[in-house]
Amino acid sequence: MSTQKSLMGRFRDSDFLYDFKRSPVTVVSFVIVVMLILLAVLADLVAPTNPFDAGSLNLMNGFTPPMQPNAFTGETFYLGTDDQGRDLLSAIIFGLRVSLFVGLTAVILAMVLGVSLGLIAGYRGGWVDSLIMRAADIQVTFPSILIAMLIFGIARGLLPPHMRDELAITVLIIAIGLSEWVPFARTVRGTTMVEKEKEYVQAARLIGLGRGQIMLRHILPNVLSPVLVIATITLALAIIAEATLSFLGVGAPPTEPSLGTLIRIGQDFLFSGEWWILLFPATTLLALALSVNLLGDWLRDTLNPRLK
Amino acid sequence: MSDFIQIEQLCRRFDLSEPWLARMIYRKPKRFLDAVDNVSFAIERGRTYALVGESGSGKSTIARIAVGLLGPSSGRILIDGHNLHDRGLSQAQHRRIRQRLQMVFQSPYASLNPRWRVGNILAEPLRTFSLVDGRQAEQRRVNELLEQVGLSASDARRFPHEFSGGQRQRISIARALASRPDFIVCDEPTSALDVSVQAQVLNLLKELQRDLGLTYLFITHDLAVVRVMAHRIGVLKSGQLVEEQDTATLIESPQSDYTKMLIRSAPRIRDDSDGAH
Amino acid sequence: MSEAILSVRNLRVVFPHRHGELVPIDDISFDVKKGEIIGFVGESGAGKSMTGAAIIGLIDPPGYIDQGEIWLKDERIDQLGISATNQIRGRRISMVFQDPLTSLNPLRTIGDQLVETILTHLPVSADEARRKAIAGLEEVDIDPERFNAYPHEFSGGMRQRVVIALALSAEPELIIADEPTTALDVSVQAQVLELLKKLCREHGASVILITHDMGVIAETTDRVAVLYAGRLAEIGDTQTLLLDPQHPYTKGLIASTPSVEYGDISTELFQITGTMPRLDALPRGCAFHPRCEQALTHCATKRPQVEQNRVACWLYNDV
Ligand SMILES: Nc1ncnc2c1ncn2[C@@H]1O[C@H](COP(=O)(O)OP(=O)(O)OP(=O)(O)O)[C@@H](O)[C@H]1O
Ligand SMILES: Nc1ncnc2c1ncn2[C@@H]1O[C@H](COP(=O)(O)OP(=O)(O)O)[C@@H](O)[C@H]1O
Ligand code: SF4
Ligand SMILES: [Mg+2]
Ligand SMILES: [Mg+2]
Repeated sequence: MSTQKSLMGRFRDSDFLYDFKRSPVTVVSFVIVVMLILLAVLADLVAPTNPFDAGSLNLMNGFTPPMQPNAFTGETFYLGTDDQGRDLLSAIIFGLRVSLFVGLTAVILAMVLGVSLGLIAGYRGGWVDSLIMRAADIQVTFPSILIAMLIFGIARGLLPPHMRDELAITVLIIAIGLSEWVPFARTVRGTTMVEKEKEYVQAARLIGLGRGQIMLRHILPNVLSPVLVIATITLALAIIAEATLSFLGVGAPPTEPSLGTLIRIGQDFLFSGEWWILLFPATTLLALALSVNLLGDWLRDTLNPRLK
Repeated sequence: MSDFIQIEQLCRRFDLSEPWLARMIYRKPKRFLDAVDNVSFAIERGRTYALVGESGSGKSTIARIAVGLLGPSSGRILIDGHNLHDRGLSQAQHRRIRQRLQMVFQSPYASLNPRWRVGNILAEPLRTFSLVDGRQAEQRRVNELLEQVGLSASDARRFPHEFSGGQRQRISIARALASRPDFIVCDEPTSALDVSVQAQVLNLLKELQRDLGLTYLFITHDLAVVRVMAHRIGVLKSGQLVEEQDTATLIESPQSDYTKMLIRSAPRIRDDSDGAH
Repeated sequence: MSEAILSVRNLRVVFPHRHGELVPIDDISFDVKKGEIIGFVGESGAGKSMTGAAIIGLIDPPGYIDQGEIWLKDERIDQLGISATNQIRGRRISMVFQDPLTSLNPLRTIGDQLVETILTHLPVSADEARRKAIAGLEEVDIDPERFNAYPHEFSGGMRQRVVIALALSAEPELIIADEPTTALDVSVQAQVLELLKKLCREHGASVILITHDMGVIAETTDRVAVLYAGRLAEIGDTQTLLLDPQHPYTKGLIASTPSVEYGDISTELFQITGTMPRLDALPRGCAFHPRCEQALTHCATKRPQVEQNRVACWLYNDV
């Protein structure tokens, strides 16, 4: 019977795939996200030039508009170039890599932190719960950008100047990660409180499993679907937070520009007529954040049977 | 003598007060609920003792205390003479007692972890109590358990949601049997099932009792079920035991008004009492 | 007493599904006579609630009535538009659900809810409505002093009595009660059923009582329909049917119900083997044949119909 079917066969028959195919917006978002991720991962292979290789830059190529040959060198660039003569398409592909890397690692950090704290708060209850949840309350009264800037500021102040640029990305990840753990913790705490009352957890206690084992082996697998949804939505937030910080000049350094850094550079030239330097990175950021968010919304609706 | 479990002057009080800050502000006193109030009874080895009563009467609370999921406020539970909640016992002694007590729960849906395969659900107690050596022995025991409750070895690979309510209760029973317990608490094990399936599960429980010599504490609100399941019955009302008798005596000639009312309320398919036919 | 107020003919309900269609109700016909209490009984998933939903026009989309007719007196009600259905729902047919909280608004007093229902459905003044509401509460043995109480201030049994008052307040011709006492203790169940029975007699309202408990059927209903896998297995007068069940499924249901009247620890309960089939795996022929101990060879291929004898079983019908 159905037990004999392969995993792939079961997936092909699943409601999950069926729902997915019935939502064109989700399919388009999924395709966009996958394409952007592939671009970022394969940046070295697909980008026409390496934007960080100072030797290959030709200042004469500066401010070349998209799809037009440069007045001096005659070279053509799909998306034009920036003030330094850097190919914008390549810069965007590499910027995408930085943005996605920072976003993903920050979300993983926030997830590990939030899920662990949420599990402990929900399962232990009492003063442990109060302590963790009050910390969460305090955390959310500050906008996450503010927290990120605070952590970023402290880290910058503590680090010796020569390490600042090197560690900028790490600091960025920690800053965003620390400011996004609360939604994970709150959801996991709520679900844990529901799950721990269920009879399968009582049965596990009767078998003599310890607290840690019950949390990890029994409760964790059952709180993961909401976590997946929050992770996706937080990813969109983290990418935007990264862009905002970089835009404000406290994020990714110009030596390793992210989409946010590119937008910051671009806005200097918007009113002098070089619109493409801002427009293309901004569109990419928008496409990425929006698609990830739409995927998250769909996941939430699909995994939540009550909304169906 | 041959009592397997003795429950002596058991009390359990729950604190229903508001958090202390709210109590200070609104000047409210602490509120308590005596869910179990001085209950004593004993169950003979190999017998079934039923606790009946309306919802909220304290049945499940006693059940949870009897297997050690919940502590008593006062009173003792003696398992074969050992105090279950004795803090002086060593970890190993505790484990040995624990292993002999198991429970089957009411909800066929919440009592199995939906993310685990049935094989793993049944193997877990075997592993934590180190009851088998090696994978093969484990698998053999899992298959044996499945067959004991009327399922087949191939069901080990499936997930709980692939089973009906009655089959899931069978899996719960198999899990309870895994650690080879002497005593199983059944907390309304069939109240979420259809009558036809209820009959299957009740018959299975009786058969296992005969074969394995199990002692049951059987909890239900259905007096008709008690009649075919229990050797002895305790009637619980607001945490207190109002009457206790052997099954036939209690149902044929109840003493307390409360018991009489419960018996009168039970729906009957054939109304023999007014001699209509 | 014999005039039918509701008549359901060959009802078939379909849910489109990606592997074809699911048919939770297949070819069900029955009448509800004026003033009678008819019971629907069967295991979980038999289609009891779905039949009720079809009558009151509340089938969840994408389900729909594929075939058949539903007549309320002389009016056909299965093809009405939304506004006409709303006219009937609450006014001429009302519902009592298992969980009283789904029928009561937790934020408003029970008095308010009663008055509002009366005003929406009956042409009376506000004062008159209030008087009727108080009378309604008295009828279900609730102190009219508690007119301004909120639902959460009542116990489960009291809430269900309020719901009954609410269901009766618009003086409907038919009440559909879906497992109205399943969530209640037996002692409270007995009171609520007694009340339902008495009031419907007094008001001349008919009742469809949905339950899975044969004991409740025996104590409350005049007639009973036994459903299995969305089909009618057997229908008839309650006393006759319980004393002399024909269909093997009905026999099984009755035999597997334990009784406070007899039996002891050595009694082996009769059990129907197996479980109700899922809708996407309905057996051919008689849907009950994989579980039936008396199955004949053609039971697996030919579907029995409910004939004059009111039983859908090949043991009683010629092929
Ligand atoms: N929205 C829906 N979509 C698809 N199938 C449904 C839907 N609602 C009900 N069904 C199916 O229709 C069948 C009849 O359901 P129904 O709720 O009428 O059963 P029931 O006899 O009332 O059972 P219970 O005793 O559990 O209330 C079941 O197989 C059920 O799974
Ligand atoms: N953890 C708890 N905290 C507070 N009250 C509880 C708790 N567990 C049970 N109760 C209360 O104790 C009483 C008895 O409950 P329970 O033993 O579950 O009853 P039964 O199983 O007979 O329906 C009820 O009033 C219930 O609300
Ligand atoms: S038709 Fe055949 S299978 Fe169906 S109930 Fe009758 S004898 Fe059994
Ligand atoms: Mg209980
Ligand atoms: Mg139903």
